[in-house]
Formats: sequence, C-alpha cells, structure tokens
Amino acid sequence: MTAERIDDFPTRQIAGYRVRRGRPFPHGATLVPGGVNFSVFSDGATAMTLVLFERGAAEPMQELPFPPGYRIGSVFTMTVFGLDLESLEYGFRADGPFDPVRGDRFDRNAILADPHALLLSGRDTWGVPPDWSRPYQYRSMIALEDFDWQDDAPLRTPTEDLVIYETHVRGFTRHPSSGVPAPGTYAGLRAKIPYLRELGINCVELMPIFEFDEFDNGRVNPGTGERLHNYWGYNTIGFFAPKAGYAATGAYGMQADEFKALVKDLHKAGIEVLLDVVFNHTAEGNEHGPTISFKGLDNATYYMLTPEGYYYNFSGTGNTVNCNHPVVRDFVLTCLRHWVAEYHVDGFRFDLAAILDRGPDGTPLPNPPLLEQLAYDPILRHTKLIAEAWDAGGLYQVGHFPNYGRWSEWNGKYRDVLRRFLKGDEGTVGELAARVAGSPDLYGGRGPAASVNFITAHDGFTLNDLVSYNDKHNEANGEGNADGANDNNSWNCGVEGPTSDPEVNALRLRQMKNALAILLVSQGVPMLLAGDEAGRTQLGNNNTYCQDNELSWFDWTLVDTSAELLRFARQMIGFRHAHPILREARHPLGVDFSGVGLPDVSWHGVRPWEPDWSPGSRLLAMMRCGRNAAGTKDHVYVAMNSHWEGHDLELPELSGGVWRIFADTGAAAPYDIHEPGTEPMPGHPRRHHIAPRSVVILTGSDD
Amino acid sequence: MTVNVSTRTADGVTVARVEGEITSTTAPGVQDRLLPLVGGSGRLLIDFSAVPYVSSAGLRMLLILYRRAEQAQTGVVLGGLSEEVRFVMSATGFLGFFEIADDLGSEMGSVRP
Repeated sequence: MTAERIDDFPTRQIAGYRVRRGRPFPHGATLVPGGVNFSVFSDGATAMTLVLFERGAAEPMQELPFPPGYRIGSVFTMTVFGLDLESLEYGFRADGPFDPVRGDRFDRNAILADPHALLLSGRDTWGVPPDWSRPYQYRSMIALEDFDWQDDAPLRTPTEDLVIYETHVRGFTRHPSSGVPAPGTYAGLRAKIPYLRELGINCVELMPIFEFDEFDNGRVNPGTGERLHNYWGYNTIGFFAPKAGYAATGAYGMQADEFKALVKDLHKAGIEVLLDVVFNHTAEGNEHGPTISFKGLDNATYYMLTPEGYYYNFSGTGNTVNCNHPVVRDFVLTCLRHWVAEYHVDGFRFDLAAILDRGPDGTPLPNPPLLEQLAYDPILRHTKLIAEAWDAGGLYQVGHFPNYGRWSEWNGKYRDVLRRFLKGDEGTVGELAARVAGSPDLYGGRGPAASVNFITAHDGFTLNDLVSYNDKHNEANGEGNADGANDNNSWNCGVEGPTSDPEVNALRLRQMKNALAILLVSQGVPMLLAGDEAGRTQLGNNNTYCQDNELSWFDWTLVDTSAELLRFARQMIGFRHAHPILREARHPLGVDFSGVGLPDVSWHGVRPWEPDWSPGSRLLAMMRCGRNAAGTKDHVYVAMNSHWEGHDLELPELSGGVWRIFADTGAAAPYDIHEPGTEPMPGHPRRHHIAPRSVVILTGSDD
Repeated sequence: MTVNVSTRTADGVTVARVEGEITSTTAPGVQDRLLPLVGGSGRLLIDFSAVPYVSSAGLRMLLILYRRAEQAQTGVVLGGLSEEVRFVMSATGFLGFFEIADDLGSEMGSVRP
C-alpha cells in the first residue's frame, strides 16, 4: 500500500507555481504532501489573490490569483506545491466593493494577513523599530507544528485548588536583575520556574501572548521624551500566532517551539497555563485604523457596525468583534481549540468578556451562542474559562455572566470590598463575610470556583502601590493623568509615595500581609499579581499598558530586599494548599455536617459567636471547621481587624483541643508567620490580642 | 546551497562532520547522509564545529535522526555546537533530547587518524 494519494499532484500552473484546487478545511495554511493548502473565507470578495514573499523582501515574489473554480461557497482555496516553508511569507489580496455604509471596506492595494496564520513575521525581535515604509508590515508564515511533547498531558487541577499568578512574559524577566540567559522571553520565564515552584503557585495566567505590535502606540512620555509602547498587548494582530518578540528565537521564527517548551516545563512543575485572550476587539481600530486582515477580508462579518457603517465601540478601543456572528463564533472556537490542542494550554481568561454575549447590534443576548458553545466544546471541555465579566460599554455582569455551569469570573466585587475593608472604611464587614466565604450571594449554585478572588491585577495599582498611594500617578503615560481608573479604594498610610518614615513603612508592610492573608484564606480561587509577593511598585502608575521599562518590570532585587513579605506570601500559599477546608468545591452553609458541634463556617467578633455586623464594625473573625472537608481535621480561625486600635479577642472553645498561632501580621518577623509544626500556642489558651490593622490566623484541633 | 558531510570511523565510533547551515533547504540532504550511519553498532558523533546555524527544520531533522538512532540503539552525540546553535536549541527545548559533548577533542580522541 503506497502512502501517496492520487490527489497529491498538481493539476496546473499559475505564475510559475504548480497548484491544484485545495481543500476548504482547515482554514489558513496547512502542510499537505508536497505543498501547502491555503484556505481563506471572504463573503464579499469578488476576487482573491495569494501573495508570496521571500522572507524579509520588501516586494512580493509572486501573486497567484485564485481561479474561479477554486472557490467553494465563500471560501477560496488552493494547494501550492514546491514552496520552501522556512523562507516563505504570504498574504492575501482581496478585491471587492468599498461601500462602508453596507459594511464593505475592500482595498485591493492592501495585502492582508491570514486570520488563521500560525506565525506572523514583522515584529520578530521586541523593540526593533519597524520600517514603516514597507507596504505590508505583518506577514503570515507557516509553522512546523510537530513538537515532541513526550508524555505531557493536561494537569486538570481542580479549579478550586488553583493559586493563579498573573504575569507578563516580558516584564517577568526583562529587568537586568533577573539573571536569566534570555531576559524578557518565554525562555526567560522558563528559567524562573524554580522560583514559581518555591512560591507555591500552581497556575500562571499570561497577559496577551497572541501576536501584537508593540509599536502601535504613537505617544511619548512627556517627562523623558521617550517613545511609549503597547507593552501589554491587548491589541491582537494574529490570534493563532504566539508573539515572536517574546521569544529569544523569534528572529529565527521558532517562537512556537519556544512557547511549547515553556508550557511543557511548567506542566512538569505542576503549574497550569492560562492565556489572557482578547476577542472583544482587534488592532484594526475604527474607520481611521489600519487595514491588517479582517477589515479587508470581510469587515461586515467580523465587526459590529452601526446602521451607517461605523464601528460600535464597546471595547473602548475603536472596534468591537462581532462575536456572536456564526462565522466569528467558529473563528473564536477554532482559535481556542488550537491553543489547547496544539499548545497544551489549560484555560483562558477572556478580556472584557461581557462583549462576548452581545449580539451583532450590541444588544446583550439572554443565551449567547458563543458562550454556550465554548462551555460545551469537547476540546475545551476541561479547560478553565474565566470571564472578565464587564466591558467598556457599561455592561457589568459580575455574578450573572452567562455561565452554563462552566464559566468562572474575575470577582470585581471581591477586589472592591477587600480594598475598602483594608483601608478601614465603614460598612464593609457584612459584605466581607460573603466575599471570604466564596461569595455565595453571587455564585450560589455555581460554587466557589466560579469566583476568582483578587485584590490586584495588571489593571490598577500593584499591592505595594495600593498601600502607598491615594491617587494614581499616570503622567508618564502621556495623557495628562487622565487614563487609568480613579476608583482605586487605596490608602497611602499617611504619605503619598515612597518614604523613609519607618512607621509608615511598617504599616504598609503589615497592610500587604493583611491583604495576602485574607486573599489566601478566602474560599474561591485566589489570583496574585506577579511581583506583589515582593512588594513590586509602579510608582503609583495604575495603567502601565505603555511602559516597557522599570515601571513595569519585576525588579528581582526585591526578592532580597522584601524577603520578609516574600516569606509571608510563600507560607500563606502553603497554608492554603495544606487546608482543604479553604478550597472546598461547595459554599459553606453554616451547618455542622460533621457532627463535632461546629458548623462549616461561623462568624465571631471580639467575643466568640458574637460578630458585630454594625456599620461601624471593623473587626470580623471567621472560623472554618476542618472536620467538614476531606483530608484535614484542623480548624482555621481568621480574625481580620482593620480598626486602628487593637482588641483582646476571646477565642471560640474547642472541645479538648488547643489553638495555635499560624500567622499574626501584628507580630514582628519572624513571629509574623510560622512553619507548620512550629506554631506556638497563645499565652492564654482562649485569648489573643489582635494588634491594630492586623490579621491573625489560628489553627486548632479538637483531639 | 550545499552542506558537506564527511565521515570517518575508528574503534566503533563514527564521526560525521557537517559543514554549512542546516535549513529547510539543506536538511533533507544532510539527513540522507546521516541516516545510513545509524544502525551500526557503537556511537555516532556529529561534529557541528562548522555549522553556524540550524533552522527549525534542521532541528527537526536532528530529532528525527535521534529517534531513529534510539530505535537502532546507536548512541548519538552532538559535538562542537556554537554558542548560538546551543542557545537556540536550549530556548526551544531541543537541547534536552540530545547527548552533548562539551569537549569535542576528548570525544574524538579515539577516532583520530
């Protein structure tokens, strides 16, 4: 039996290339025996041309029009034989009407990127200024998709067991202090896996790694005159292509292999990989933006358009992807499947996900087909799906994002009330109780894993800045400090910005410990912002999307200078892993399931069983009865005091057992937190003094 | 573009010296020269001292060769890797699959003419 197929042979020549009619699926460029199969969709194009470049050349080497018979439905498809895969760049030229009112913006002078391109060239090395005179900036390339994954398999860590660490591939190791061989790259991050293991996190969430153009920001820093970048990359050019500029080997076109090597080694270390994906808009902007791909292929399909043919702007960035159009749904689904099947990623965080449930005219749909499809897709079935459940068009869906029993959410309400409690606001204790118990008021029926709890994220202040600044300081962004959020719920502890005042600095350190302590004992899924465990600062800038410099990069000297905070963070993460009661898959009900006489959760004040829910209350204690979870029997008692005065706590009685002090942020290091097995008992078995603005965590057994 | 492959054998060790860039263009030819060396008993040392660049397709060719050698129980060692080639192999995870000779001289000692 021969391995050859009878359709492995060209049937004709076009422009000197041997070709045959191709296959419409899959879309994009696919390796077939002896050649490459090209397939591209356009509903309105009257003609389509495949444009071939020799890698790096300014002008095309050849253009191959698709013959009329090479069109199936609205898909143009052709197999081209004898191409050199490594030196080939390609694009499409689509001809059709320019009639914006009807939604058409065809431009036969533009050479368009393939929406399904597996690699894109043009920004191969981060920060190398592009030659803007080149007519075609971003070129599609073919990827060799074979990779030896060996026995890599999805970790399938239960969602409720995750400790997520949100980071930026470049920012994590770009700082000169990182000490890795390839700073600012996938390989650099891979070299830091031992640090992540030691920290104890088991999931990294990577800010956008789909190909984008760091040069699409025209602003300059008014202070320094330096050009600003698009550093964060929430402006996708290629949804199937890993960013080349994040790869040490991007100049060789090996970014796919380098990223896969990162994922493979993270999995070996027990760390899952989530991608922050941006399907709400693209880098093409509005009618004044560039024509890169979708706009020139099928503007009316891919974008939400007003009746006059302008772009709806629910994303705040110029355009809005028409996510619930059947063709676009397919595109999104194919893209996510690609990242799961080909790159072995474990899940996704969807930027401005509320847009994903808007219909073509922007109306929120009660049963958005895209979200349902992603929830039930066989390939995505066990991946994590996390929604940023709001958008820039005013849709706020925290607690009621269409979820199909699958979707989790960034719990913005957790962030807000935790911040307000920490700074000492009145009237927060009641909501605090709901949030630390997994927000049953928002996610009852869905379970605590629906709630991704966080206090800081890439958007907004870092943890250090949350306790060091009352106001944002975004002047370096070149917009007169008008960008970035104003409702930060932050408190500077007495001085705005860095200070040498030891009391202020001691309070800031304690406040950071308080935040980490509460976050890591809260039910739900905790998410840390990278660097917060070591007090990373952005000098009060709460929107560093454009700052490719030390404002954003993780300064690794903090690992030494903030050793006390880092030790605290590591111990807290370890504590969470050691206490299943904090990670239960169901919400606590205040019921004693175990029969030991203690409910699964109970609330206390200065006196046991007497929580103070009054508006002026700034102290709340939570007790979790360990007998109600498998694999542990220790009880956990957490007293949270945001009052500026200390209080003498009376501790709940344990039948025959004793309380031991695991953490007390009011105590000086090293007594702020204890290695398991070395926890001291309180001076009095049923009393403990909680210092001003402190968190105390006790463990108890009833043996 | 051509890549030269020269071989010599002594005491059960075959040394294949490759000269030139291994890319999608040259990799098939290099593979044709190297594959027949797999399957004999003993070891195959591939000398990369004269290889300035190995592309993505070149790395894949090497890995396929390595897999074939594993099946045939031939030991394959890569020697003389330039800093650049070693860096690319390290960043993409390919390096971990291979046995690397840091000191080409001592590895080749037994096959000096």
